[in-house]
Amino acid sequence: MIRHLLRRLLWLPVLLLIVTMITYALGFYGPGDPVKIVMGQRYDPETADRVRHELGLDRPFFIQYGDYVWGLLHGDLGKSIKYRRPVIDLIKSRLWVSFQLNAAALVLGVFAGIPLGVLAAIRHHTWVDYVIVTGTVAGISFPTFVVAPILLWFLAARFRILPPGGWDGLLSTKAVMPIIVLTMGIVAVFVRQTRANMLEVVGQDYVRTARSKGLAERAVVIVHALRNALIPLLTIFGLMVGGLVGGTFIVETIFGIPGIGRLGVQSFFARDYPVIMALTTLIAVAYALANLFVDLGYSIIDPRIRYG
Amino acid sequence: MGSATESAPRQPATAPRRQFGDGAVQHRSRWWNFGSRFARNPLAVVSLFIVLGMVFTGTFAPWLAPYDPTEVNYTEVEQMPNLRHPLGTDDHGRDQLSRVIWGARTAIIVAPSATVVGLVLGLFFGSLAGYFGGWIDNVVMRVTDVLFAFPGLLFAILVASTIQPRVEAWLMTFESLGSFVKAGYAEFLVVILALSLVGWAGLARLIRGQILQLKEEQFVEAARAIGARSSRIILRHLLPNALAPIIVSISMGLGGAILAETTLSFLGIGINPPTPSWGAMIYQNFNFWRHPAAPVLLWIPGLIVASLVFAFNFIGDGLHEALNPHLD
Repeated sequence: MIRHLLRRLLWLPVLLLIVTMITYALGFYGPGDPVKIVMGQRYDPETADRVRHELGLDRPFFIQYGDYVWGLLHGDLGKSIKYRRPVIDLIKSRLWVSFQLNAAALVLGVFAGIPLGVLAAIRHHTWVDYVIVTGTVAGISFPTFVVAPILLWFLAARFRILPPGGWDGLLSTKAVMPIIVLTMGIVAVFVRQTRANMLEVVGQDYVRTARSKGLAERAVVIVHALRNALIPLLTIFGLMVGGLVGGTFIVETIFGIPGIGRLGVQSFFARDYPVIMALTTLIAVAYALANLFVDLGYSIIDPRIRYG
Repeated sequence: MGSATESAPRQPATAPRRQFGDGAVQHRSRWWNFGSRFARNPLAVVSLFIVLGMVFTGTFAPWLAPYDPTEVNYTEVEQMPNLRHPLGTDDHGRDQLSRVIWGARTAIIVAPSATVVGLVLGLFFGSLAGYFGGWIDNVVMRVTDVLFAFPGLLFAILVASTIQPRVEAWLMTFESLGSFVKAGYAEFLVVILALSLVGWAGLARLIRGQILQLKEEQFVEAARAIGARSSRIILRHLLPNALAPIIVSISMGLGGAILAETTLSFLGIGINPPTPSWGAMIYQNFNFWRHPAAPVLLWIPGLIVASLVFAFNFIGDGLHEALNPHLD
């Protein structure tokens, strides 16, 4: 256990180093010259060379990369080429917005998804089950970028119930639609998984034992079945963090929310590489940590799991 | 008599057991059995028809579409649906129905190509890692670890947006391919590369796991004992036995690839106009969503994409059940 933990912890920085290197290399050898894009119509070679030199963009790859990593270790994420401001300032305020949005969606998704999944499982092969399962499949199949514009058209343009976009904090009507869109997919995944796990667990001997002891059905479902059915959901939780990233990019773009998703999309178009790299690294860290915690959580919750 | 009619529905399940040992018949009946199991799942069958419909539309797009999907006509801009243009026209006067139809061709080019490239990479590295183990396994697994550290879509965006100019410049060096690039088809290559680079890692892990399990079986030992080479053992003995989960994951992967392509195109990083793509159409029509015809144009490509993802998932489920008879 300790050895496994140590190995995972030691692998983390190596992983991050490789992630930053891939991102950096893609940016370095990749597309268009950022200086050219920023200068646009006013481009002239001499000024461009000077700017490039000032930003240190004319040095060899490994020196620039080493410099970047050194900066990262000191909490310096570089300077945005488009906004001419430190990346960390750009990200800080936006990160909080995206975090609120995603956390709200995740919490809602879990609290709606697990009960619905349990309900579908105990009403297996009845219309309740079928309705829930059909809704789930729809929730998984409808892409975010289809649901969001349709909702937007319906609720904001046609019936004018909700404002079409913007951001006034989590507790305003502006946050309702983005959260609905982000939650839909999460609910669907949790329902699907909870239902499948419950159906599997309900057939186990210990559930039969609990029933034959004369326990109330509610106690059987909650104490005996659900507790064990929840364990595999941890993995889904880890994957969810990755899935949310994609949703955030699209939802923030559509609803004009000033979070890191929109910043990311804008930076891709502006080839603002310092921002792109910072975001990629940030997301990779979050993702890796989430998966690490999931692994650790597993071995605590389920004592049968032992790592060699 | 009564008992005979009662046992009739169970016929397909018991049939192969009776014929066990008769090689030729058993082989044919296995496929027959697979087909009948698949056919028993109505959603999977409907889904299969949806997918066939897309393949048909994509293949015969030039004959089905009333107009050239890229033809610009500034006298008929942003029209409501009418008799000449059943779905109206976009901001350049291009016929939307033709663009929806040609969108199917984009989908049937990009999704299968990306899946096949990913499959080849996954098969190659997955079977090497699973069969030989040791340092090869270690290297392949660490590479997939790194790929898994990026959320899929983010990595696809990253790759697509950085390699696009490189790929275009590279294709321009071949004289004959210049027009190919100018027609916007280089975008196809970029999206296919980006998606397959993301997709292969999952497949490689799946195949590695299957092979790790299978290589302990006695028939592998027997093959090795009679002196079969590693390549033969992998290709003739291991992979055919690992086929079921691979087929299921291909079906799911095709749906995922369509979704990924449309997402990239929606964000403007995949297939861009004038080349028709459903994702880009949704973006276009979402942009002028105050236009009275826009809701229809949101619904149609949106529903098509959703129903295809839907269909590939159901086909995957159906295949999963049909290929694993013990699940009943």
